Amino acid sequence: MDAILFLVFAAIAVICGINMVVQKHPIASALSLVGVMAALAALYLLLGGEFIAAAQLVVYSGAIMVLFVFVIMLLNAGAEKKSIIRPWGKYFGAPLLLVFFGIMSFVVQRMTPASDGVTFGGFRGAGPREIGQSLFTVYLLPFEVTSILILIAILGAIVLARKEID
Amino acid sequence: MPPLPTSVPIAWYLTLSAILFSLGVLGFILRRNIITVFMSIELMLNAVNLTFITFSYMLKRVDGHIFSFFVMVVAAAEAAVGLAIILTVFKNRQTLEIDEVSSLKN
Amino acid sequence: MSYFVLALIKTGIVVGIFMHVLAYLQWIERKVIAHVQLRVGPRRVGPHGLLQPLADVIKLVTKEDLIPSHVNKVFYYMAPFVAVLFALISISVIPFGPQITVWGITTNMSLADPSIGILFILGISGMGVYGVALAGWASNNKYSLMGGLRSSAQMISYELPMALAIAAPLLILNTLNLREIGDMQAGYYWGFIPKWTIFQMPFPQVISFILFMIAAFAETNRIPFDLPEAENELVAGFHTEYSSMKFASFFMAEYANMVTVSAVATLLFLGAWHPILPTTFGSAYIPAIIHILAGVVCFYHASQPARPFDRYTLPVFGVIFMGLGSVFALAAAGPDLVSGIGNAALTDAVSALSQILTPLFWFCGKVLAILFVFIWVRATLPRFRYDQLMSFAWTFMFPAALINLFITGLLVALF
Repeated sequence: MDAILFLVFAAIAVICGINMVVQKHPIASALSLVGVMAALAALYLLLGGEFIAAAQLVVYSGAIMVLFVFVIMLLNAGAEKKSIIRPWGKYFGAPLLLVFFGIMSFVVQRMTPASDGVTFGGFRGAGPREIGQSLFTVYLLPFEVTSILILIAILGAIVLARKEID
Repeated sequence: MPPLPTSVPIAWYLTLSAILFSLGVLGFILRRNIITVFMSIELMLNAVNLTFITFSYMLKRVDGHIFSFFVMVVAAAEAAVGLAIILTVFKNRQTLEIDEVSSLKN
Repeated sequence: MSYFVLALIKTGIVVGIFMHVLAYLQWIERKVIAHVQLRVGPRRVGPHGLLQPLADVIKLVTKEDLIPSHVNKVFYYMAPFVAVLFALISISVIPFGPQITVWGITTNMSLADPSIGILFILGISGMGVYGVALAGWASNNKYSLMGGLRSSAQMISYELPMALAIAAPLLILNTLNLREIGDMQAGYYWGFIPKWTIFQMPFPQVISFILFMIAAFAETNRIPFDLPEAENELVAGFHTEYSSMKFASFFMAEYANMVTVSAVATLLFLGAWHPILPTTFGSAYIPAIIHILAGVVCFYHASQPARPFDRYTLPVFGVIFMGLGSVFALAAAGPDLVSGIGNAALTDAVSALSQILTPLFWFCGKVLAILFVFIWVRATLPRFRYDQLMSFAWTFMFPAALINLFITGLLVALF
């Protein structure tokens, strides 16, 4: 059951990811990315991360990607023109990427323990309560720094996007 | 076809993350639309989040979740500023093609 | 019983009832608005227009499904699908009652009981905007695009005060699980003031409730915030180019969203399935009394028919209401009565009846009351202007929700 669920959602994530790279129109790419994020949220649930799955839905697919879709619609930009791939990119890009991916999977296969796999419900230490406790005790300083970062980002976005005052 | 394992090996999750990260890199390099390039970065961040959560499961600790939470928050801030920059670029040049935004080149 | 079989049965019941409720909500809305405006509303199809939803469905299904030639086909087909999908998913985590034990099976009166129920609903309602935005964009039409843009901007803006308004009662209740949220609101102060969150110490959440309701109106695109589909400025906005069943599915999504936010408001603020009076005051008999009173009213009007047909239709409704009332009376008084008889099967059946029906009545009653407020507001208020909508969200709702959250947090920490 676990393996089937994993394979289904992993397949959705990979197919949507490929679609995101292949599609010429930015809105198609954005929706594919939403698909990837929703599939990842389901995988987080399988890994016992209930809170982070909900946060993924609320923050990523519910806020960030809506912002992307909003900007794409606002600019009403059409499909991408034929992209220019330089020769070195054409002949070395894909093989290098494959090599990179191969090395990563090889390392992953070698380094991780083969014995204990992921079972649903095998780890219950990451509910909202535990995350909240950890966030406001051990990680209090990063939390506050992040809030200041967000404040700066909001101010920056307003300054960048406002109309020029003559 | 070999029988499915009763529990999913950790390596599968990490491999999936590697695939998604590679796809993100691919999109980042191949695509010419600023917004799509930006979305490829988000895809890479998501792939990294998946590894964080997987390792968190492996070590039975909550810290990976906290880290990916921070990644999400920073990604939100980054999206706000990045999209504001994209809007400004489009307002000044009427284009979203990365190759045409190259006035510093020559 | 196997978990899957049980889940399948519950899903069948919930989906079956929910779909009919969605269809009849349209009828209720038309009737209520008609009576607010001193009309009578639909009454041609069936007695009192009760078969009107069926006629509407037949009309919409058999209508020609126009596909304009200038639309973006893939997204045009996808948009209504997405809208309905995300509108219907949320119902799966709503509990309609407490944990019950009937015929030896212990189960929750909800399809799923995740520990993050309320966050799940927030996330799914955030995804709901894609349906409208996509429809507006794929229609390839200036007005539709404006509708889609307005919808996404409005949703993002109002999700913030909504989340902050939800956070305040959560501080008091101290859980994210919807069933536990309901259980936390059991009990009464001084024996008669219910411990619902809008009355609960240390800080009654009245302000949160009002803020939540305002944000809910905006999130469901209802008047006075129905800017994405403003008829007189955008010619129906995002669904201008849609016809037939695709058009209907947007309405279905809107009603499903309404039911969901009403259920969330009931769970978070109005004490979920807990009665307004303690059982010592005889609150168990209130459902029976209400239904029997409705039956009596029907018989009274049948004796003085305003229209000739009423002489035959109203007694039928009267009998139906009386029957429902006697079922509720059995649920209220039954367990004591039948325990004397000593028939085990009968005792089980009556105890199941009382365990299921009483919470269900209070929950559905509160949800219906909030739905009535939705319709009432629609019949009363005019539409906002777009800049007013945005400045209302950012300069009033957001600071008010923040201050409310701050005060609640302070009082919860102090007491």
